[in-house]
Amino acid sequence: MDKPELGRPRLTFWKFVLAVILLAGFYSLLLRFVRGLGASTNLSDAFPWGLWVGFKLFSVALAGGGFTLAAVVHIFNLRRYRPVLRPIILTAFLGYSMFIVSLIIDLGRPYRVWHPLVMWNEHSVMFEIAWCVMLYTTVLILEFIPALFERLQWKKALSWVHGITIPVVIAGVILSTLHQSSLGSLYLIVPGKLYPLWYSPFEPVFFFLSALCAGVAMTIFASWHSSKAFGKQLELPLLTGLGRVLAVLLAFYLTVRALDLLHRDVFHLLKLPRTETYLFFLEAVLLIVPMVLLFFRKIHENLTALYFCSVLTLLGVVANRMNVAVAGMEASSGTYYFPKWTELSITLTLVASAFALFALAVKYLPVFPVTSPVAGGHRAVSPKPAVQVLAGKLAVPELTDVRS
Amino acid sequence: MSKALLYDATLCIGCKRCEQACAEHNHLPYDDAVAAEQKQSEHKFTVVLNKDDKFMRRLCMNCQDPACASACPVAALRKTAAGPVIYEEERCMGCRYCMVACPFSVPRYEWNKLLPKVRKCTMCPDRVSKGLQTACAEACPTGATKFGERDELIAEAQQRIHDNPGNYVNHIYGLNEVGGTSVLLLSSVPFEEFGYQSGLMTEAMPELTYRVLSKVPDVVTLGGVLLGGVWWITNRRAEVAAAEGDGHASPIQGKEQERGQKKNG
Repeated sequence: MDKPELGRPRLTFWKFVLAVILLAGFYSLLLRFVRGLGASTNLSDAFPWGLWVGFKLFSVALAGGGFTLAAVVHIFNLRRYRPVLRPIILTAFLGYSMFIVSLIIDLGRPYRVWHPLVMWNEHSVMFEIAWCVMLYTTVLILEFIPALFERLQWKKALSWVHGITIPVVIAGVILSTLHQSSLGSLYLIVPGKLYPLWYSPFEPVFFFLSALCAGVAMTIFASWHSSKAFGKQLELPLLTGLGRVLAVLLAFYLTVRALDLLHRDVFHLLKLPRTETYLFFLEAVLLIVPMVLLFFRKIHENLTALYFCSVLTLLGVVANRMNVAVAGMEASSGTYYFPKWTELSITLTLVASAFALFALAVKYLPVFPVTSPVAGGHRAVSPKPAVQVLAGKLAVPELTDVRS
Repeated sequence: MSKALLYDATLCIGCKRCEQACAEHNHLPYDDAVAAEQKQSEHKFTVVLNKDDKFMRRLCMNCQDPACASACPVAALRKTAAGPVIYEEERCMGCRYCMVACPFSVPRYEWNKLLPKVRKCTMCPDRVSKGLQTACAEACPTGATKFGERDELIAEAQQRIHDNPGNYVNHIYGLNEVGGTSVLLLSSVPFEEFGYQSGLMTEAMPELTYRVLSKVPDVVTLGGVLLGGVWWITNRRAEVAAAEGDGHASPIQGKEQERGQKKNG
C-alpha cells in the first residue's frame, strides 16, 4: 500500500496491552454479573472482603491530591500551584469514579447502591462514607467542569461555576477529611480481627495523613507522566517544592505510626517470622526510602528522582491499604485468601481505564495550562483565577487566554 | 424486658433437634447430610458441635448492642427490644460490613446466588413477638436450650454454677462479652475449644466507631470556620498586594485600568 500512514490509528504496544486488559476485564465482569460473587471471587463467609475493598481504599487515598491541592491553591492562596490543580482534580475524580464502579461490582445487590440516600443509620461508618463519597464526587465534578465549559465556550455556565468555587472547595476539603479518615474508622470495630501491627485506635488519623502524602505524590506522578506523553508538565521549582513538602509529610506520618506502635507495645511482633511482618516491612520501606531521599537536594531537584520517590510513596500507600484490607485480616479469619483471576482482571481493568480516561481527558479538554508567549518570555497561563472572580474583578473569564 | 436463650452444654445430648427445628422454621433444607455439617452456613443457622462427646451450640449471639447493626449503612440489621437481632432483607445492598464487624463472625452470605442475602439466626422474631419461645428451645428435649427473660436466665445460670461448681467452667459466656448477648452459654470445657473467643472486650463494640463518628458535626463546623477564615486572610492579603499595585499585577487589573482610561477620555 502506498497510502501514507497519516490517518491510520497507530496500534502501539501500550494500546495493545490496554485492549487485552479490557477484553479480559469485560469477560470477568460478565462472569461477575451472570454467575454471581461466589463464582467470580475467592471471597467466603470467613473472608467477606477482599481485593476489591483494598482497591476501593487505595483508589480514594490516591485521589487525596484533589482536596490537598484545592486547599493549597484556593484556601491558602498559593497560586503558583494552580497549573497542576486541574490535572490533579481529574486524577481525584477518576479515583472516586473507580471507587464507585468497584463498589457497584463488589456489592451483592448493586441496584440498591442508592439505599443509603433514604435508609439512614447515622451510627454506621459505612453510611457516612457513602454520603461523603456521593457529595465529594459532586464537588469534584463542580471543580473539574470548568474545563468542559471552556472547551464548549459556555461563558455563562463558566462564570456561574467560578462564582461558587470557594464554598465548593471548602466543602470538598471537609468532606475529604471526613471520609478519608472514615475509611480507617471502618476498621475500628474489628479489634479482634485486624492484625495488631495495623489495628490502632488512631487508624482514622493514619488514613487521613497517608492520603495527604498520596495526594502530593500523585501530583508529582501525574505531572511527570503528562510531560512524557504530552510535553506538558510543571516547572521544576514547583515540583521541587512539592518534593520537600512530601518529605516532611512522610516524616510526620511515619513518626506518628512509629509512636503508635511504641505506645501499643507491639514492636516485638516485628521479630516474628510471619507474612504480616514481611508485608509490614515492605510498606515501611516503600515509605521510608522516599522520605529519606527527598530530604536530599540532589533528589528533590532532579525530575526523574522526584518521580521515582513519588512512585515509591504511592506504592507504599497502596501497600498500606492492601495490608489493612487483606493481609491484616487473614490470620484471624482462619482461612487463606488470594484473589481469583477474575478479581485481579477486573481490578486491572479499572486501573487501566483510569489511565486511559486520564489520557483522553488531557487530549480533549483544557486540563493542562498552555504556555503562551508573553513579553519577556514564556508564562504558564493557569485555568481561570476563581478567587478574583469572587472578588468581583472578573465578570466573564477570558476564554482565549486559557486555550484557543 | 429482653428475652434470651440459655444453652447449658452439660445438659445437651447432641440430638440436633434444635438444628432441625431451626431449619424448618426458616424454611431451609434439612437431611442427614446437612445434619452432619459441623459449621454454620447460609443454610444452617445453628449447629451442635461435637468434640469428644462434649457438645456446644453455635448460633447468632443476638448481642445486646450488636456490632453488625451499628455497621450496617442502611439499618437492615436491627436489635429489637424483645431481644432478637433482625434482618430486613429488602434494605440490604450487600456490602457485607456486618460480616466483617461481627466479633463472632456469624453472618453468612449466599455467595452462590446472583441476588444474595445475609443469613443468620434471628432468634425467631415472629415467634418471640407472639409470646412463644424460639423454635430451637421448644424442640429441645432436655432443656439444654432454655428460653426466657435474660435477667432470670442469668440468675439461673449463676445458680447452676453455684450448685455444681465442679460441673462447669466458672464463666457465663455472653454475660459481659461485647457488652452482653442474648445467648448465654454454660459449659464444662473451655469455650475456646469450640471456637468461642476468650478475652473479648466487655464494652459494646459500636462505641469503638461511634465515638469517632459522633465528632462529624464538630469537624464540619470547625472545618468550615477554619478554612473560611484562612481563605479570608489569604485572599485579603492578595487584594492588598494587588491594590498596592506592583508592576506585574494581573492582566484583569490591566483591563480595569484601560476601562477607566476610556471613561476618562
